Amino acid sequence: MPGNYLPSEYTAVLVMLIFGLIFGGMTLWIGRFFRLRRPYAEKLTAYESGNPPSKSPRFPFSVKFYLVAILFVVFDVEAIFLYPWAVVYDDLGSFALIEMTIFIGLLLVGYIYAWKKGALKWDR
Amino acid sequence: MDTAPNFILTPLAPLAPELLLICLGLLLVVVDLFLGEKRHILPWLAALGTLTGLFLLGNGSGHFSDGLFGGMYILDAYSLFFKVICLIGVLFTVMLSVRYLDTEKMHQGEYYSLLVFAAVGMMVMVSAADMIVLYLGLELMALSVYCLVGLLKSDSRSNEAALKYFLMGAFSSGILLYGISLIYGMTGTTDLQLISQRLTELNLADNTLLFIALGMVLIAFSFKVAAAPFHMWAPDAYEGAPTPITAFMSVGPKAASFAVLGRILLSGFPELHVHWGPLIAGIALLTMATGNILAISQTNIKRMLAYSSIAHAGFALLGILATSNEGVSAIMNYMLIYAFMNMGAFAIIIMLNNRERRGEQLKDYRGLAQTNPVAAALMLIFMFSLTGIPPTAGFIGKFYLFLAAMNAGYTGTVIAAVILSAVSAYYYLRVVRYMYMYDSEKGEAVAMSPSLTAALIFAVIGVIGLGVAPGWVLEMASQSLPALAQ
Repeated sequence: MPGNYLPSEYTAVLVMLIFGLIFGGMTLWIGRFFRLRRPYAEKLTAYESGNPPSKSPRFPFSVKFYLVAILFVVFDVEAIFLYPWAVVYDDLGSFALIEMTIFIGLLLVGYIYAWKKGALKWDR
Repeated sequence: MDTAPNFILTPLAPLAPELLLICLGLLLVVVDLFLGEKRHILPWLAALGTLTGLFLLGNGSGHFSDGLFGGMYILDAYSLFFKVICLIGVLFTVMLSVRYLDTEKMHQGEYYSLLVFAAVGMMVMVSAADMIVLYLGLELMALSVYCLVGLLKSDSRSNEAALKYFLMGAFSSGILLYGISLIYGMTGTTDLQLISQRLTELNLADNTLLFIALGMVLIAFSFKVAAAPFHMWAPDAYEGAPTPITAFMSVGPKAASFAVLGRILLSGFPELHVHWGPLIAGIALLTMATGNILAISQTNIKRMLAYSSIAHAGFALLGILATSNEGVSAIMNYMLIYAFMNMGAFAIIIMLNNRERRGEQLKDYRGLAQTNPVAAALMLIFMFSLTGIPPTAGFIGKFYLFLAAMNAGYTGTVIAAVILSAVSAYYYLRVVRYMYMYDSEKGEAVAMSPSLTAALIFAVIGVIGLGVAPGWVLEMASQSLPALAQ
C-alpha cells in the first residue's frame, strides 16, 4: 500500500466516537423540552444538604500532598508491574528473577532516599 | 516487528560504561544520605567514576556492535566519540562545581548524582538506533538537567530558569513524541535503519504527512540545541542556572542532541534531504544571526555566552547541512573543541564568582589584566577561540565546518556565516577590552581552588592543542563515520 497511512481498521472507532458525541449532545438537547424547570434561590445553592462554601477552594495547600501522591504512584506502579511478571515468570525463569531484583533494587534506593529525606514523615 | 528481540541473550559487557555510571549515580545518592558532614568526597567520587567510565569507553573501543537489545542500541565509533565528549563535559563540570557549590552554599548531595544521570541519558541518546530508546535517553538527560538548573533553591532567577526550561523542554518532548508517532504510523517501525528502508519501499519520500512528522522532530531538536526560532528559553535558563550547570548545558546536552540529530537525519532520513536541507539551512542562518546579533547588547556575561552558544549551534548546523562524512566529522570536531573553550570561559566566570554573583556582569572584568594577569590571559585565549582566531582551536572548528558546507555547495550560507562570525568578534573581544583597557574599580583577589586550576589547565591545553595539532581528532572522527552513513 504505497502511501496508505490511514488505518482503515480504525474507521469503526471514529464512527463510534462521532456517534457517541452526537448521541450525548442530542440527549441533553431533547431533554430541554420535557423536563420541569422551576428554579428558586434555595434550590440553586451548591449543596442543598451540606454547608454553604465559605471560601474559594483554590488556595495553595501543602506540597507534602504531592510528595505522598508521587511516592504512592511510584510504588503503585511497582506493584502493578509485579503482576505481569508473576504471570510470565515460569517462561522466563531466572532471567525474570534477576531483572525484577534489579528493578526493585533501583526502587529500593529511591525508597531509602525518600525515607532519609523525611518525605514519609508528615509533621516535620 | 519481524522477530521478537531476544533481550535475554544481550551481553552486558559492552555496556560497562553506562552500567558503571548508573551504579555511580545510585551510589552518590546513597553515600550522600549517610555521609553527613563529609560531603566533600562526593565530587572526588563523581570524578573518579567518570574517569573510570572514560577508561572503560576507551577499553571497549574495539568491540563495536550494531545490534544490542534487538538492534535498538548501537555501539559504534560515532557514539563513542560523543560519549567521550559528554564525559569530558561531566568531568569539567565536576571540577568547576567544587568551589562554586561552596561559595553559593549549595550542599545538595543530589547535585553530582543528577549530573551523572544526565551523562547516562546522553550516552543512551547517542547510542540509540531506535526512536523510543532515543526518547528514553533524552528524557533521562532532560529531567536531570531541569532539576540541576533549579537547584539554587533560594535564588528566584534559578527557579525561573528551571521552570522556563522545564516547560519548554516538556513541550518540545511532546512535539518530538508526536513526530515519532506519526513516523511510526507511516512506516510501522521506530528503528532508524528500518525507517530508511521503508521510506524507499513504500515510496513515502514525497508524502506531506511524513514531511510534517519530520518537521516536528526537527522542531523538537531545535528546541534542544536552542536553534532559532526555538531559542527563547536558552538565555533565561543559562543565566539563572548555577554557573557550572550553565557550562554543562552548553556542552553536554548540546553535543548529545547534535549527535542524535545527525543520526536521525543522516541514517533515518537521508532520502529526504531535499525536504530537510532547506529547513536546516534556514534554521542555521536564523540561529547564527539571532545569536550573534543579540549577544552584542548583553551586559551579563552568562547571558552573552548563552547567545554565543545559540550562535555556535547555528554554526554546527552547517555540518549537518553538508550531509557528508566531512560535515559530520566537522561537527564532532567542533563539539569537542567547543567543550574545551566554553568550559574554559565558564571556569573563569566561576573563578571570579563570590556570593554576590560577581563575575557575571561585564563590568566585573574591568582591569582584570592588572589584578589577575593569568586569569585575564586565559580568558583572552578562550575569547579568541570562541571568536575563531587562528592559533586557537575555535578557528580549526569553524574552518572545517565552513569547508564542509562549502564543498556541499552551500556557498551563500557559508558567506553569511563568515560575516556573522566577524560580528561575533565584537562581543567576544569586548570582554578582552574590558580586561585590558580599563582600570579596575577595586582590586579584589580571586580565590582559586585546585580543581578549578586543573580545569583551567585542561581547557587551555585543549584549546591550544587542538588548535595547533587538529589532525588527529578529525581523523578519528572521520574514521568513525562509515558506520553512520551506510
